[in-house]
Amino acid sequence: MYNGGKIIVGLIIFLAFATFPFYYNIGKVNAKPEPKINTPVIQQLAEKKCVESKEFMRAEHMKLLYDWRDKAIREGDRIYEGAGGKKYYISLQNTCMKCHSNKKDFCDSCHNYLAVKPFCWDCHLAPKEKKS
Amino acid sequence: MSINRRQFIKIAGFSTILGIGGITAIDKMKAGADETSAVQQIFGTPTPLTAKRWGMVVDLSKFKSAEDYQKCIDACDQAHNVPLFPNKKDEVKWIWTDTFEHTFPGAENELLPEAIKEKNYLLLCNHCQNPPCVRVCPTKATFKRKSDGIVMMDQHRCIGCRFCMAACPFGARSFNWRDPKPFIKQENPEYPARGIGVVEKCTFCAERLVRGLKPACVEKSNGGLIFGDLEDPNSEVRQILAKNYSIRRKPELGTQPSVYYLIGGIENA
Repeated sequence: MYNGGKIIVGLIIFLAFATFPFYYNIGKVNAKPEPKINTPVIQQLAEKKCVESKEFMRAEHMKLLYDWRDKAIREGDRIYEGAGGKKYYISLQNTCMKCHSNKKDFCDSCHNYLAVKPFCWDCHLAPKEKKS
Repeated sequence: MSINRRQFIKIAGFSTILGIGGITAIDKMKAGADETSAVQQIFGTPTPLTAKRWGMVVDLSKFKSAEDYQKCIDACDQAHNVPLFPNKKDEVKWIWTDTFEHTFPGAENELLPEAIKEKNYLLLCNHCQNPPCVRVCPTKATFKRKSDGIVMMDQHRCIGCRFCMAACPFGARSFNWRDPKPFIKQENPEYPARGIGVVEKCTFCAERLVRGLKPACVEKSNGGLIFGDLEDPNSEVRQILAKNYSIRRKPELGTQPSVYYLIGGIENA
């Protein structure tokens, strides 16, 4: 093999670089996102319930929001009947974010972890939060 | 007394019709009541305002100065997070004013009273019965609501092609050339803003109507703007239009605008 030494050294350097992220993070615990639901509005609720069950919201909230947006804008129907028969006003800013006023600790914690970038906030106004 | 077959079938038939009809009627009433109480529960406001076709009458005798117009314009801008750009080229407008000859082109003549010629006129989306903007929209982002004739704008679907702006003969639509958020004077947290690259316009305050409120400009107009159902002969707008001579913008185009102007006002029509 011509220039065998150089090639092997080169390969070792390359492997060291390519696998660096894995070595670097070995042993470090990758913290799971924990969306916080301790906003003042939620704490004052007698029954701490979202419009649907926790499991449903966790898995399907994006579909629910899509349904809401079509219902509100295209059909002009602004009333949603939740799981318990309770009725809600269909609005991201006036219903969802009234309770979940902590976008940074709630929405963003999972979205950042999963590197998804929902475009809701390109237009919709996020609740005002103190910079932490 | 026995009944024959003919009578029996008659009675059976009538009772079936009555039964089915009655049940659906009761269901309808129940559904209506539910909707009402839901709105009341959530907002504490009266029932949603509904109509077959919303329309507006602009009584120009009630607008004496530019300030009277500005009150309506400010109320709208505040309610809908309409940005105020320093450069006129970027302007976004939902409700605005313009001169007589721009408002009613073809209706001007040199002998018109100065007061009418010099005056500015309040303009907004006409919510046409036959809206050309809706016809050209490739994504159906703008559409006419079947329930009440409002020409709605679905910003989620708008791709910013601006066909609707070319189609609208009234200049009622504005494009967001820049990100509007930094230019909103005072954010209304209850209403969304828009992003760069979408078209926006007046929606007759659809979001207020469901809460039982009249449009923001109507509230601040001091009786100069009358809002109501054009299909209901007993509504206030129809009563006014039946008694006064009104004009619309560019009626020759056949778009059938739903905004009517009383140039001399109700008192001296």
